[in-house]
Amino acid sequence: MTSQVAATLQKPWLDQAENPFVRIHRVTKKFGDFIAVHDVSIDIYKGELFCLLGGSGCGKSTLLRMLAGFEEPSGGRIEIDGQDMAGFAPYDRPTNMMFQSYALFPHMSVERNVAYGLLREGVSRAEARDRTAEMLKMVQLERFAGRKPHQLSGGQRQRVALARSLVKRPKLLLLDEPLGALDKKLREETQFELIRIQESLGVTFIIVTHDQEEAMTLASRIGVMNDGEIVQVGEPVEIYEYPKSRFVADFVGSVNILEGRVTEDEANFIRLGCPDIGAEIHVGHGFSCTLNQTLWYAIRPEKIRLTRERPEGRHNNAKGVVEEVAYLGNLSIYRVRLDSGRVIRATKANLSRHEDGAITWDDPVWVSWDDTAGVVLSA
Amino acid sequence: MPRAQAPGMSAPALWRWTAAPLARLGLSGRTLVILVPVIWLLVFFLIPFLVVAKISLSEPMIAQPPYAPLGTWDGLRLTLDLNFGNYAFLLDDPLYLNAYVFSIQTAFVSAALALLIGYPMAWYIARSPEPRRTLLLLLVILPFWTSFLLRVYAWQGFLRSNGVINNFLIATGIIDTPLVMLQTNFAVYLGIVYTYLPFMILPLYATLVKLDDSLLEASADLGARPVATFFHVTLPLSMPGVIAGFMLVFVPAIGEFVIPELLGGPNTLMIGKVLWGEFFSNRDWPVASAVAIVMLVVVVVPFMLLRNAQARAEAE
Repeated sequence: MTSQVAATLQKPWLDQAENPFVRIHRVTKKFGDFIAVHDVSIDIYKGELFCLLGGSGCGKSTLLRMLAGFEEPSGGRIEIDGQDMAGFAPYDRPTNMMFQSYALFPHMSVERNVAYGLLREGVSRAEARDRTAEMLKMVQLERFAGRKPHQLSGGQRQRVALARSLVKRPKLLLLDEPLGALDKKLREETQFELIRIQESLGVTFIIVTHDQEEAMTLASRIGVMNDGEIVQVGEPVEIYEYPKSRFVADFVGSVNILEGRVTEDEANFIRLGCPDIGAEIHVGHGFSCTLNQTLWYAIRPEKIRLTRERPEGRHNNAKGVVEEVAYLGNLSIYRVRLDSGRVIRATKANLSRHEDGAITWDDPVWVSWDDTAGVVLSA
Repeated sequence: MPRAQAPGMSAPALWRWTAAPLARLGLSGRTLVILVPVIWLLVFFLIPFLVVAKISLSEPMIAQPPYAPLGTWDGLRLTLDLNFGNYAFLLDDPLYLNAYVFSIQTAFVSAALALLIGYPMAWYIARSPEPRRTLLLLLVILPFWTSFLLRVYAWQGFLRSNGVINNFLIATGIIDTPLVMLQTNFAVYLGIVYTYLPFMILPLYATLVKLDDSLLEASADLGARPVATFFHVTLPLSMPGVIAGFMLVFVPAIGEFVIPELLGGPNTLMIGKVLWGEFFSNRDWPVASAVAIVMLVVVVVPFMLLRNAQARAEAE
């Protein structure tokens, strides 16, 4: 009982009684004939770190700009903290934004950049100085207060932009591809830094990104967008393990998608005839479908096992030849051409430094997976 | 099969006959490129300037040319005869001082007016969509295709007592007696602002068009209303354009002769007019040269100080 309360406290979207902090209701945005955002509805709760994930041109940035007030929705309603934002200019909204290009004022020092929002708000110079100093300390830039933006490295600029957008203690922080310009190492550090800041300040974050890894690491929930529409909203695990469509399965992570027809439809299992692999796929749970219906079966590479011998007791297996091996250090990616001609991707964790008789190029192998390892998709 | 010889000289041959001998003399391509403008400035700016400076230090006399030589050479002895009287004369007669002050004042006010009018225009052009921008810029420079003199004459037709403006105002019954506009300082300001406005708009446009939209959005996002955004972000970032435009109007306006001559009255005493009078009416070349030299100093010194201040601000 108590654990369930704790769970709803951490996952407010599960609690029916909880009021959303940001309510995006049937929002549409058109530029001339082009529909950038189409009928999007999302509820985001206080203290969430929500990621909008999608490829370029999917409308995620337009949605963010509508939240900030730079664009007016062509239809629908945006509420922040219970207030309808229609007609509110950016300078009247309880939001701050961290821009993709950082948009630091080039003629101002770091300190003046950060203090800018406070001074426009009418905060006294002394208080602005203290709060700016405090913020610069948090992002570890106290020593750079007097520098101009062009005298800073990319990572430092990114931290100035973050400090500037947080110093006014906005109720809602909007981040547009915040880590895009950083190298991988710095990006990983900053991701955890963002989570730490978000947790310590309790600000609600909405992050726009095209990087699914970034979304998986940061988000409490992810909203996947495609062609101006939200295709799925869920926690990272849900999005990864239970995608609702081929698009989501394919966009988030790597996946093999196999097409098949229903040959058996029972209460606790179904079977799909799959010419792709020249065999039937046994799915270990029921699925509402009809006989002969075309369905797709998505199986992630890490859930596929490679063996030299035909595995025993496994329903799903197929024979093929290793066509390519890519060594990534922590794991290896195999491309196996099945006898049917279809290529399947499988990964294997490199558990030891050297393995005698490891599977390699041109080896005949069997691929196999558990009957609960894949996801059946109807769209 | 041997390749057909290209007509004219091939590139290596060109090199052998031109650049190579020059290189032997210690002249590299880079030096040559710089040398051309240096020689141009030397011949057409520095030497004439020295000639004028020399005349300004000589005695006027009725002769051809109308000034005494600067010194004599009797075979063994060089006698220099430097006459600073022309400069002293400029200080003596308040006419000159007044003309300088009035010129600077007129140029300054005109440049300020051009800035006030030109800034919104430049802003509007810079914020217009791409194809319309080109058209608007073309309209700004279009007047240059008509002779400058003609355009200033045209203003006479507008401003005269029985000119277009007065006729219109009288016909519509707004006024009974014509307004005196021609031969006033107002007409001079009007003429200068009208003529030099494109020189203000073009550099302003060049800086404003480069202004990053996301900076304006960031300012609004941080709570700045449009006016605050203008004074804290837009204006400071367009200062290079403001300074360039101001200088491009201010500097030529100081020495302006045609506009005060055609539109101004007897009491618009600008230094260009004084210079003209000394040179052609009085035929006093030495005093005219002194007037010119002082004007150069008056214009160049503040300009250099400004440049220095800018360079220091940038280095910070």
